[in-house]
Amino acid sequence: MNFFIVSLIKSALVAFVLLTALAYIQWVERKVLAHIQLRVGPRRVGPHGLLQPLADVIKLLTKEDMLPSHVNKFFYFLAPFIAVMFALISIAVIPFGTELKIGSFSTPMQLTDLNIGVLFVLGLSGIGVYGVALAGWASNNKYSLIGGLRSSAQMISYELPMAMAIAAPLLMLNSLSFRELVDGQGGFYFGFIPRWAIFQGPFPQIISFLIFIIAAFAETNRVPFDLPEAENELVAGFHTEYGSMKFAAFFMAEYCNMVTVSCVGALLFLGGWQPLWPAEYGSQFVPTLIFAISGLICLYHGLHPARPFDRFTLPVFGVIFLGIAAIFLIPIVATILLPLFWFLAKVGIILFVYIWIRGTLPRFRYDQLMNFAWTVLFPVAIVNLFVTALSVALTSK
Amino acid sequence: MDAILFLLFAAIAVICAVNLVLQTHPISSALSLVGVMGALALLYLQLGGEFIAAAQLIVYAGAIMVLFIFVIMLLNAGKERKLPRKLWVTFAGVPLLAGFIAIAAFVIHRMLPVTEGVKFGSMTHGSPQEIGRSLFQTYLLPFEVTSVLILIAILGAVVLASKEIE
Amino acid sequence: MPEIPLPQSVPLAWYLILSAILFSLGVAGFLFRRNVITVFMSIELMLNAVNLSFVTFSYKFKQVDGHIFSFFVMVVAAAEAAVGLAIILTIFKNRQTLEIDEVSSLKN
Repeated sequence: MNFFIVSLIKSALVAFVLLTALAYIQWVERKVLAHIQLRVGPRRVGPHGLLQPLADVIKLLTKEDMLPSHVNKFFYFLAPFIAVMFALISIAVIPFGTELKIGSFSTPMQLTDLNIGVLFVLGLSGIGVYGVALAGWASNNKYSLIGGLRSSAQMISYELPMAMAIAAPLLMLNSLSFRELVDGQGGFYFGFIPRWAIFQGPFPQIISFLIFIIAAFAETNRVPFDLPEAENELVAGFHTEYGSMKFAAFFMAEYCNMVTVSCVGALLFLGGWQPLWPAEYGSQFVPTLIFAISGLICLYHGLHPARPFDRFTLPVFGVIFLGIAAIFLIPIVATILLPLFWFLAKVGIILFVYIWIRGTLPRFRYDQLMNFAWTVLFPVAIVNLFVTALSVALTSK
Repeated sequence: MDAILFLLFAAIAVICAVNLVLQTHPISSALSLVGVMGALALLYLQLGGEFIAAAQLIVYAGAIMVLFIFVIMLLNAGKERKLPRKLWVTFAGVPLLAGFIAIAAFVIHRMLPVTEGVKFGSMTHGSPQEIGRSLFQTYLLPFEVTSVLILIAILGAVVLASKEIE
Repeated sequence: MPEIPLPQSVPLAWYLILSAILFSLGVAGFLFRRNVITVFMSIELMLNAVNLSFVTFSYKFKQVDGHIFSFFVMVVAAAEAAVGLAIILTIFKNRQTLEIDEVSSLKN
């Protein structure tokens, strides 16, 4: 009974944090894209546009939920449901940190540690294709149908190099459960190089990481692979006929897929919650330093603000950051929060790369995209898997 | 608890299978088949076959059925035309099917000892380590042969689908 | 509401009976449907029913061989689906129909 209550509380917490994070990743994306394009982004709704996601959610919830007369009603309702459900379930096997010990009560920071965790995530991303394909077909509209078919063909074509890029570090780390994978990436070479999968002998998995990132961009339909849903091609592709909450569902599914593949990339290749250098050289002060410097910068800019209302908001942010830096100094709290910080930092870096590339690269044409998957990425993934297997076989006892 | 879970998943599987046979539009049949495969994956989990459950989701529900749905969408398959069927055929078919199933169930029940039960978690040999060990030691030859089979299937499918009509 | 006595552990026979039910539904779909893609899907349903039998017997003997056989059945089903759908595409290109009753020019 205790197990059920704890699991229920953990599920509620993870669901709440995930849904809030999905809304705020959209805010981060708009701000970062804006600054890349030398403009400011949302800044009217709340300080620095921080309440913009809330305004978007209210708008999407209160918009008229129309049902076009020419669609196939059952599949029109089913498609966003499938897309969102299978995107959100994948978070259940992602571990966020080590054990959470409060007094005599300890629970792992993960909803469930399946011993086939990696296969579970792969399977769910395969079923997520149905949401897109059915959305394109149910809309009874030739642009949506072509967009849906192209998008699902792209997703299943890039699943293959992604699965092979995932298989390569699994050969070295010898497990399919995420927690054991991260535990196998602990420790340090020569005392200061971390044993993450991209640095781990006998064959550092850098090529696998690159293949995984490229395939992940294509799986989640993001630039430069987002032709099927671009606004200026194909009239927005497979979600042309969707409005208000159903469109929000597809949007949420896309961001949730982004978060899932970033988490999987951080766990498999970047060492999960393992720190960058050992604790005896002071890696437990990294979050304190980062937050303290950000707090000081905010306070400094708050003295001579560029915009008048920043005289109030920037010092508030500065004080909040300094408070978080102080929390990381408390030893009991630090042991819980440090692995969480490293994991979230790595996931955040991969998400930032997603947004950065969206602001930088043009998109591929569809035949260039499919050509790239089958003639470049797939052979490279096979050769990489072969070389990894060969090196593991030759160096194992 | 095991029995309730089994009855739930079995009910989903049977309802989706009946839906597959009764629906007129191929897309509804295809999605019902995906439902059957999902229910069967959950049953495999209960029987301790975790790798097979994951493989069912990845290979069957995630790749083969997507292929089916692609073909149905590309060919723009419409609803089936209903043939005029004699009345007695409809009234004799369903009881005959039920009778066949009842005989099969009776024979199965007689053959297996009732003392054997399925409890979730008592089969530990379905893990990927066991499957890998068995696949690469005992069943290595069928494994290599099936990889050649898949290569032949790829070649055949590519050749067949790319031939132009003269 | 009468208390329905459910067994503690699920008898193995129930899984095999479910497999028999799914198999016979697959046979019914194969014999009575006219769209060739639905016939193909009934074949896949039959293969799935057989997979369930394999995994059930693997549980009974607590060995992994049933899972291996089930895996091979899945692989063969994938190969068969690929080639079969390519054949269906070719038939559709030539005859513009998806009903198996009309692809009968070799009859008589």
